[in-house]
Amino acid sequence: MGNSPTTARRPKKARLMQGNLAIAEGALAAGLGFFASYPITPANEIAIFLSRALPKRGAIFIQMEDEIASLAAVIGASVGGLKAATATSGPGFSLMQEHIGYAAAVEIPCVIIDVQRAGPSTGRPGSPAQGDVMQARWGTHGDHPIIVLCPGSVQEAYELTIHAFNLSEQYRTPVILLADEVLARMWERVELPLAQVEVLGRLHPEVPPEWYFPYDDALGDVPPLVPFGQGYRYHLTGLFHDKSGFPTERLDEIDTWQQRLFGKIEGKVEQIARIEEEEMEDAEIAIIAYGSTARSARHAMKLAREENRAVGLLRLVTLWPFHDKAIERVASSVKRIIVAEMNRGQILLEVERVAKGRADVVGVNRADGAMVTPAQIMAALEVEG
Amino acid sequence: MMEPAVPEHEYLRAQKKFPSVWCAGCGIGIVLGAIIRAVRALSLSKDEVAMISGIGCTGRMPVYVDFNTMHTTHGRALPFATGLKLARPDMKVMVVMGDGDALAIGGNHFIHAARRNIELTAIVVNNSIYGMTGGQLSPTTPFGAKATTAPYGQIEQAFDIAKIAEAAGASFVARSTTYHAIELDRLIARGIEKKGFSVIEVLSNCPLFYGRLNEMGDAVEMLKWFRDNTTAAPGKVASGKIVRGVLVDRDLTGYVESYRKLTAASKKRGGA
Ligand SMILES: Cc1ncc(C[n+]2csc(CCOP(=O)(O)OP(=O)(O)O)c2C)c(N)n1
Ligand code: SF4
Repeated sequence: MGNSPTTARRPKKARLMQGNLAIAEGALAAGLGFFASYPITPANEIAIFLSRALPKRGAIFIQMEDEIASLAAVIGASVGGLKAATATSGPGFSLMQEHIGYAAAVEIPCVIIDVQRAGPSTGRPGSPAQGDVMQARWGTHGDHPIIVLCPGSVQEAYELTIHAFNLSEQYRTPVILLADEVLARMWERVELPLAQVEVLGRLHPEVPPEWYFPYDDALGDVPPLVPFGQGYRYHLTGLFHDKSGFPTERLDEIDTWQQRLFGKIEGKVEQIARIEEEEMEDAEIAIIAYGSTARSARHAMKLAREENRAVGLLRLVTLWPFHDKAIERVASSVKRIIVAEMNRGQILLEVERVAKGRADVVGVNRADGAMVTPAQIMAALEVEG
Repeated sequence: MMEPAVPEHEYLRAQKKFPSVWCAGCGIGIVLGAIIRAVRALSLSKDEVAMISGIGCTGRMPVYVDFNTMHTTHGRALPFATGLKLARPDMKVMVVMGDGDALAIGGNHFIHAARRNIELTAIVVNNSIYGMTGGQLSPTTPFGAKATTAPYGQIEQAFDIAKIAEAAGASFVARSTTYHAIELDRLIARGIEKKGFSVIEVLSNCPLFYGRLNEMGDAVEMLKWFRDNTTAAPGKVASGKIVRGVLVDRDLTGYVESYRKLTAASKKRGGA
């Protein structure tokens, strides 16, 4: 048996890894320097792992008094120059909303991991859901841009966590990694070394302190943020601010800031948003799904293909900014779109908005804390539009 | 003491940010002056100092000083400062908060920062009322006093900020008033120098709301009230007065220091 081809072909290092641990490992690989959180199911494994791993690297782990404080500390550490993250689930994610808005408006890079569980309220703490999709987009008050990523496998949880840090630094913005209970707590084979993903650091200004303004559009769409204590003294505030960071009531200054703030993300959808297509070339029906639901969707697609039905899968890796153009293309090429998600139809609304009636859009939904099954999706294939 | 080289106005962002947002006769500017004099007396460089604030009239203070400054959210300045201090342990991080900011919405963060004994200097400007939002009652509004949301008088007991800080574990706790500006300079300087969490409570005048609603007269009258109703020598004077000065000064290990030790120990142990 020892030399059988199967054993030989196995990659040298394959490991069984839990989704939450893959997220934690990904954060370490990205150069995590600061992690603050408050205990909550089903995200706990991330903090437990990092409380051991970070001090050994001279990095910081701190358990804060609540989730509001956790994200505040993360933002503070990022202003101090560290790559910083927090992890939580529904109730804690609700508490973080004010500071997500602060990080978006003040443009402080940070990563927020939300392992979604069934809600609202305490809901079913140990059960999966995708009910925070719209909250991740609109949960904080006021219009703001945001980047939200959604991993579909344990291996991808690792890679996307690194990517989340990269995007947060590159676009100087909070990035939300929206996992779900199934993905975070399942164990799956990952290959080591885990994919070599590029790690990006913080942008640095090329100007001396006298010429530096933290919101100067002359420095580009994403003006670099110099950490505190490096001689570039400036002011940060959640009030609307001018290019130097001081509060302003001048509409022209507010307009300049807002144009840049939205433009840097919403104007870059093609660069930011990732969408994965499977068997879409000849598809007449497209299933749109994300996170662990995409696994049920893939299974349903395979069963349909076995019956020679032209069904394809469109997996959203980036939920926000929403990739309108990709959905438009699909809506123009298929007869029916099935949107499968563990909520009562949140991405469904977006797909309907973009499809504008070009294809028939059907939702497959549940919000009871159980997964969408391939059978449920198969049943939707049968419905005549 | 040698006169520091840098003139006081060098610490202000004078070119752009004056006049201030504060009302004529407000005490917050006096606290700002004391902070600057303390930083100057300690000969700290502007680059090594950070000032973090929450939201309120007091929360506007960082705009005016030429340090690394951050105006955060209502009640949460301490956790923001905690993250910054851990990332930059070499910096002197001070946190300025109003009484509502520090003790109502931020009360939980206040006691936990004290419990952790993290190396921050917290300056609470206690004007016994919510200034920014229009004179509503605060957790330090005295029993019986009036506020715009306590038109018949406050029926809750007021917090004693210093006692809370002491019970929660702060290394250093002091109290002064806007009348006692020079004393305040020294207390703030001691707080900045102290290892661990230090709290300086400053009784301050808000003539616009607290003074007017409680018929205390103008700013000068309010300052006189601080002069006549506080004491720095509680033993010698008849009781009933508010005590000023250093109330707690103890040597306890701060969080940053403990974390540094933990890091060293965990590295030695190795393993995964
Ligand atoms: C979450 C939140 N709730 C309420 C407010 C409104 N608000 C602004 S300042 C303030 C209180 C100010 O009082 P205090 O903290 O005592 O400071 P002062 O203005 O007296 O210096 C409140 C309630 C807010 N900004 N954010
Ligand atoms: S409202 Fe009161 S605390 Fe606020 S600036 Fe005016 S006097 Fe000062």
